[in-house]
Amino acid sequence: MSTLDKDSRRSFLRKSLAGAALLCAGGATGALAAAEPVVTESSAAGMKSRVVVARDELLRGTGSTVDSHRMLALLDRAMQALFSRDHAHLDHAVEAWRNLVRPGEMVSLKVNTLGGRGISTNVQLVAAICERLQEAEIKASDIVVWDRDSTELERAGFHLAMGGERVQCFGTDRVGYEEELAAYGNVGSRLSKILTQRSNLLINLPVLKDHDGAGVTIALKNMYGIINNPNKYHPNGCNPYVADLNMLPEIRSRMRLTICDATTAMYEGGPGYKPEHSWNANSLLVSTDPVALDHTGWQIIERKRAEKGLKTLEAEERAPHYIATAADAEHHLGRNDPRKISIVEV
Amino acid sequence: MSCDLKIEEIINGRGGSALDRRSFLKCALASGAALGMTSVAEPAAAIPSGAASETEDNARFVVEAKFYQKLQNRKIKCKLCPRECTVGDKERGYCGVRENRSGTYYTLVHSRVAAAHVDPVEKKPLFHYLPGSVAFSLGTAGCNVNCKFCQNWDISQSRPEQVPAQYAPPQRVAELAKQYNCPTIAFTYSEPVVFSEFLMDAADAGHAAGIRSIVVSNGYMQEDALKAAYGKMDAVKIDLKSFSENYYRQVVTGQLKPVLDSLVTLRKMGKWTEIVYLVLPTLNDSDQEFRGLAQWVKANLGADVPLHFTQFHPEYLLKNLPITPVPTLERAKAIADAEGLHYVYIGNVPGHPAQNTYCPKCKKMLVERVGFTAGKMLIRKNKCPFCQEQIPGIWHA
Repeated sequence: MSTLDKDSRRSFLRKSLAGAALLCAGGATGALAAAEPVVTESSAAGMKSRVVVARDELLRGTGSTVDSHRMLALLDRAMQALFSRDHAHLDHAVEAWRNLVRPGEMVSLKVNTLGGRGISTNVQLVAAICERLQEAEIKASDIVVWDRDSTELERAGFHLAMGGERVQCFGTDRVGYEEELAAYGNVGSRLSKILTQRSNLLINLPVLKDHDGAGVTIALKNMYGIINNPNKYHPNGCNPYVADLNMLPEIRSRMRLTICDATTAMYEGGPGYKPEHSWNANSLLVSTDPVALDHTGWQIIERKRAEKGLKTLEAEERAPHYIATAADAEHHLGRNDPRKISIVEV
Repeated sequence: MSCDLKIEEIINGRGGSALDRRSFLKCALASGAALGMTSVAEPAAAIPSGAASETEDNARFVVEAKFYQKLQNRKIKCKLCPRECTVGDKERGYCGVRENRSGTYYTLVHSRVAAAHVDPVEKKPLFHYLPGSVAFSLGTAGCNVNCKFCQNWDISQSRPEQVPAQYAPPQRVAELAKQYNCPTIAFTYSEPVVFSEFLMDAADAGHAAGIRSIVVSNGYMQEDALKAAYGKMDAVKIDLKSFSENYYRQVVTGQLKPVLDSLVTLRKMGKWTEIVYLVLPTLNDSDQEFRGLAQWVKANLGADVPLHFTQFHPEYLLKNLPITPVPTLERAKAIADAEGLHYVYIGNVPGHPAQNTYCPKCKKMLVERVGFTAGKMLIRKNKCPFCQEQIPGIWHA
């Protein structure tokens, strides 16, 4: 189980501030001109979507807290594996991030903090991402770490920060939702102003867990945390609502990358944290294809369920059919066919 | 005095003197009445940056829910509406206003009033209930369905913390009704099913003060909850949104049968009930559906239940549809009349003669309505003054 100690909190803030200072000193417009085109689809050979599963058995060292240095190294390995192309290895992880972001962009990191300290996006992971983003010349104050509710963020170990030069961190409760409805298919919702007004690039940072209604909640369903009325979209295993929601142009146009925090994962009893049904997976799942990532994560959960002698989600009549809907011809949000997913384990 | 009182002015009394009925009706006629639409809710304004979303102490809105069952692993099953949400710890039901906290289910909207106005009862509409009177009308956030045509979606489809609200406990509601000279409290605007606990307590407080209660509801409710909550009402208006399960599934995100069951239960309980059927072009406007509806009402509720066919205006997720043509409404009325219903009205069409009440026997006009006002009210002692036919309803205070 991950917890945030005072040292890691201080470390998070120090890195944020240091990053801001570094940026002020740097300038570096040359990097903008040299930046690679933004990666929005897998660049793997053929038509496959790449999902990187990065794992570090020693991520927690001998304790229960995630080691921030090892987390940074794990993130780097994952990002390098994701963005390496045609066997050309990226020498440094920041090159991977420069494939993804451009200086001047406002980057929002949508975490998942519903599960409290037991199973939320790790602060150490978020700190590592912020560090690399700043090295890729994103201003600290142009990064916002967010979820729907500030109190839930704090419960998960995040320090709130609004204003100043630091990385920003607050919930939608602080700024509200757009007045206008965004609608697609069966979804009509008001979107968080953090998404619409504070970011032009979205990095999705879900967790890997079971969900009693939806089957699993990973990348696609994490978008329920950016709308005013997620409770309306749980019938029928959240299908087709999850897929329809991710079709909203305001989301789709900003979605650039998913990094699923599977340091702690849950195979049963979700979405609330159930320690008895959790395990230390010590992994990150990374992809630019959220559908492929969800399919991969679902299979990881199924394998753990089988190991524990539990029925499949299909047998429990709660398989996450919304993943297939997201991949269908109407939505085309990514690929769920295993033959079209390239899983890279590092 | 303007009718544009803000909710905090109404509830906290900062608006000065009470809204007099004449100025209120003038306002209603000038604005909402012209369209037949109500501008009920304060806008769910964005919360200013840096401000907390809830300025009120949340704890006072949180009361243990009445209608639920505890399950294993800190889960609960809600027994309020037919949806029967199974809700895990720290989660909310479909309505968004009831939350499981460590295995106990709570309503988050008790005394949490998101919209409050003084409305004519004709606006509900209730045509056979104290014509020409006004009701202190209120609603909270939340709804147990998601009608694609909802005109109050900004509160009904929101969570309580997303909507500005005022604290108005039951006793205060009763006081406000008195203050504004309202003989009735109306639970309305969003969906009173989801704030049943508050409704029950406020109705009790009202009755203790000599004030009646009415409810405007979708009727999508379990029988036990319906009996307990709406048993406290003096009159009920049910929005029967269609006579088709398919429509309920696709447009309402609900089911038809439980609503029909609720109507029958209300009938058995002896509650004065009126039915509104919002007619949406191409979606629920076939002759077959109108006829099926009228036949069902007559067979199960009787010919005397008022049935209002009302005009749709494009809203929320159905802005692509046109306003219901008046001839469509007239066709619906003609079919229901032919099936033998005695009181079939056309609503949201100001000035239409089918807004008036006529004696089913001698056909003379008994109540004339102009906009949301009752211009003439000739019924005496529940009878037609011309032929002495009994006219069902609650006509006199």
